[in-house]
Amino acid sequence: MTPFTTLDGLAVALDRSNVDTDQIIPARFLRKPRSAGYQNFLFHDVREAEPDFPLNGRAPAILVADANFGCGSSREGAVYALVDAGIRCVIAPSFGDIFAGNAGKNGLLTVVLAPDLAAALRAQLPASMRVDLPAQQVRFPDGSVHGFAIDAFRKRCLVEGLDDIGLTLAHAGEIAAFQDADRAARPWAMPA
Amino acid sequence: MTAPQATPGSETSTAPRTLFEKVWASHAILTREDGTALLWIDRHFVHEGSFHGFGMLEHSGRPLARPDLTIAVADHYVPSHARTEPIRDPEVAGMITTLRRNAERHGVDLLDLDDPRQGIVHVIGPEQGLTLPGLTVVCGDSHTSTHGAFGALAFGIGASEVSHVLATQTLWQRRPKTMRITVDGTLSPHVAGKDVILAIIGRIGAGGAVGHVIEYAGSAIRSLPMEGRLTVCNMSIEAGARAGMIAPDETTFAWVEGRPRAPKSDAFAAAVAAWRRLPTEEGARFDRDVVLDAAEIAPTVTWGTSPETALPVTGVVPDPATATDAAKRARIADQLDYMGLAPGRPLEGIPVDRVFIGSCTNARLPDLRAAAAVLRGQRAVVPGLVVAGSVPVKRAAEAEGLDRVFRDAGLTWGEPGCSMCVGMNGDLVKPGERCAATSNRNFQGRQGPGARTHLMSPAMAAAAALRGAITDVRRVA
Repeated sequence: MTPFTTLDGLAVALDRSNVDTDQIIPARFLRKPRSAGYQNFLFHDVREAEPDFPLNGRAPAILVADANFGCGSSREGAVYALVDAGIRCVIAPSFGDIFAGNAGKNGLLTVVLAPDLAAALRAQLPASMRVDLPAQQVRFPDGSVHGFAIDAFRKRCLVEGLDDIGLTLAHAGEIAAFQDADRAARPWAMPA
Repeated sequence: MTAPQATPGSETSTAPRTLFEKVWASHAILTREDGTALLWIDRHFVHEGSFHGFGMLEHSGRPLARPDLTIAVADHYVPSHARTEPIRDPEVAGMITTLRRNAERHGVDLLDLDDPRQGIVHVIGPEQGLTLPGLTVVCGDSHTSTHGAFGALAFGIGASEVSHVLATQTLWQRRPKTMRITVDGTLSPHVAGKDVILAIIGRIGAGGAVGHVIEYAGSAIRSLPMEGRLTVCNMSIEAGARAGMIAPDETTFAWVEGRPRAPKSDAFAAAVAAWRRLPTEEGARFDRDVVLDAAEIAPTVTWGTSPETALPVTGVVPDPATATDAAKRARIADQLDYMGLAPGRPLEGIPVDRVFIGSCTNARLPDLRAAAAVLRGQRAVVPGLVVAGSVPVKRAAEAEGLDRVFRDAGLTWGEPGCSMCVGMNGDLVKPGERCAATSNRNFQGRQGPGARTHLMSPAMAAAAALRGAITDVRRVA
């Protein structure tokens, strides 16, 4: 995974809420191998239906949306499409839980900003801005700087570009001990 | 960062606990300082769309940790017709072949296309007795929340997490908040689990439960059969919830007993004794409480492109002009534009071009019975597709003659799978067409590019088939 530290780049506004992953990548593209590159599937049908869609003719590094971005289907292809199109950070007042988890595994940073702050930012776009993950700060195009919260573990994985399966397997002893105790405590939990 | 600590034993806690807290505590192998836990996973369902996760496992060179807790089924892309013929689409055929190869290579039980147990993953898990109270259940599909109807902690995951579970049988999870949604009172005739969950999502919104696990409680929830509870938990994700759960009770135990992979005899008795300790204790605290009156829930339909646009069928299409701010105004206007609807129009009477009865939300035997009861002896005036959730459901429906009711009404009776809910197998709603669907998502393009979807219960979809328009089932039943 590519480490994420500081990002300076073009940000564009997607002024809508409940952007679901079916819109981010329609289902018919999910059968494609990742090696094919997912960038052309990003918002495929919306971009065709809406000529003035904010991503048409622009190649931003940062996308700023309204609430509940990435809701719906668990398809990780939504994250592949964003990442393959060069987007490294999405900023919104809230995210679909599964989408946010998928993003973290692929080096895509999700930044939660309060609804009024995210709206103020969208009003300044398209423009260049900065995202500083180690400092947990974003600098708006108008120069104002705002902090954001992120889980310590997710931050570390993003900054260091860690493989979390490797990290988990370092706990193999605890996992084995849990299984032994659990077999005794819940013998019925195994499929008959 | 400090090293994660082993989770303290649940016995030491004296405060009243919720169902969720008990299941979480009994599966937390380690807990980090920020509350993120490494959870043990009891059941991992995979399907042909899980090829990315298997690919990552293969790339890492790691073995599959617990093939005995991994169950594979073909459902998302499988054809609804001519099941015995070779699949014509080479990409789809390749995905099924890849699933077979992965299952064989790793020693995973596969419910293949010709298997008498095959069906939609969220139908077959409970049906085979693989889904049990108190378990953790994951699958690379957001509607895994369905399995929470048994009092399991069940949630959808992405491909990277699929590969993590394949390699370790564990998953790192941030501890979610809890929300209790209580529905008390008696549901009116022709009001089903689907109407309950649509009314709930209409109330709290598509992002209303983000970051939360919902527990559904109250007398109306308790009165639902398991299939109705599965419908309710299925759509938890449409309110943004991490999972939805219902405390196991006698209805649950009776439904589980005797299922092929459920515990037997003494083991079943021991399991039931453990499951009786799962329900939320008196005085346990939830981060948020929501209460609905069952008597106020009417047959419900959606008008827009988010499940939160659910309204009683007696309602009217909203007017953007009445919205409180510019963003809401634009959101309503955009949805009306896509759906081709005018503000103020009554929902009843909106013409539909076709009907879809199926999906992990509403394709179990009672769902098909409810639709057939409305259709029996009558002709649909629009085309429609009825797809049972599994081969056992299909066979049981045929034994009751339900397939004849659907066929006599002019509808098509398909082979089990996800079908027109997501259109991956080519069962698509045409651009601009309007579909009355018992599935879970009315997103733009969900049933095909340009497709317009109205979500509703099986009985309501059957009524729509008879009239060729959205119809209050209470008028025709």
